[in-house]
Amino acid sequence: MRILIGAVAALAVTAGAALANEFERVPPVTHAATQKECGECHMAYQPGLLPASSWNRIMDGLSDHFGENASLPAETAATIRNYLTQNAGSGDGRLIRITEQRWWQRKHDFDPAIWTRKTVGAKSNCEACHRTAARGLYEDD
Amino acid sequence: MKKPTLLLAAALVALGAGVALAAAGDPERARILDGYAAQTKAQSPDFAGFSAASGRALYMGPHAGGKVAETPGCASCHTANPAGPGRHYKTGRDILPMAVSANPKRFTDPAEVEKRFERDCVNVLGRACTAREKGDFITFLANQ
Repeated sequence: MRILIGAVAALAVTAGAALANEFERVPPVTHAATQKECGECHMAYQPGLLPASSWNRIMDGLSDHFGENASLPAETAATIRNYLTQNAGSGDGRLIRITEQRWWQRKHDFDPAIWTRKTVGAKSNCEACHRTAARGLYEDD
Repeated sequence: MKKPTLLLAAALVALGAGVALAAAGDPERARILDGYAAQTKAQSPDFAGFSAASGRALYMGPHAGGKVAETPGCASCHTANPAGPGRHYKTGRDILPMAVSANPKRFTDPAEVEKRFERDCVNVLGRACTAREKGDFITFLANQ
């Protein structure tokens, strides 16, 4: 039984990784509070782009969210955490930046000068190049 | 003689109400401002009303001690023209105008208003805002 669970987990991890890089599409955000609260300051990143432990770290540290206070009322934060972790993908759970995940770096291995282009601005701005990123479609690069 | 005076008085009252309504506009916004006024009054009994000029100074900055060095004022993201769109200093995300004239929904959802003050006062000032500062800020932008 343990072996079976292990195998299923491994399969799920592989499927999650494939979702994020090979097919270049992830299920879109379907949770209204996540869309609203995360989407106020940046594109609401799809839950499949990070593993659950990364999302938990992010939700634990909203008062210092990449240097900014992005705190939320406790109930709102709880529903968002629940949505993100229930629909999480795979990757390194110690890293909270999507752009530090190995699959992301493999996909974006090009001249770093692109990030400082005025139309791009930051690595976090998926939509600068992936026009349909907000819908979870990243194949137009 | 009595009637015209009464009429005039009634007209003045109506005008006064109109001016107050224009400042607060939406009844929800008026309620939010009333709440901050009551809190301010409790702390300083000589409180005589919010100041758009103080609200403007708070909005423009620059302030020292904020959590985010890149945003010494609200204007850092919302720009010096609150009737225009703003832009998040780091992500570049568009922000709807702060001025009520350009965005009539501003300051009409108490939970949203408190959420933003709680967050951005720390980011810009490095501390929570007082009720008076919140009232001044809304009064400034309700007249923009």
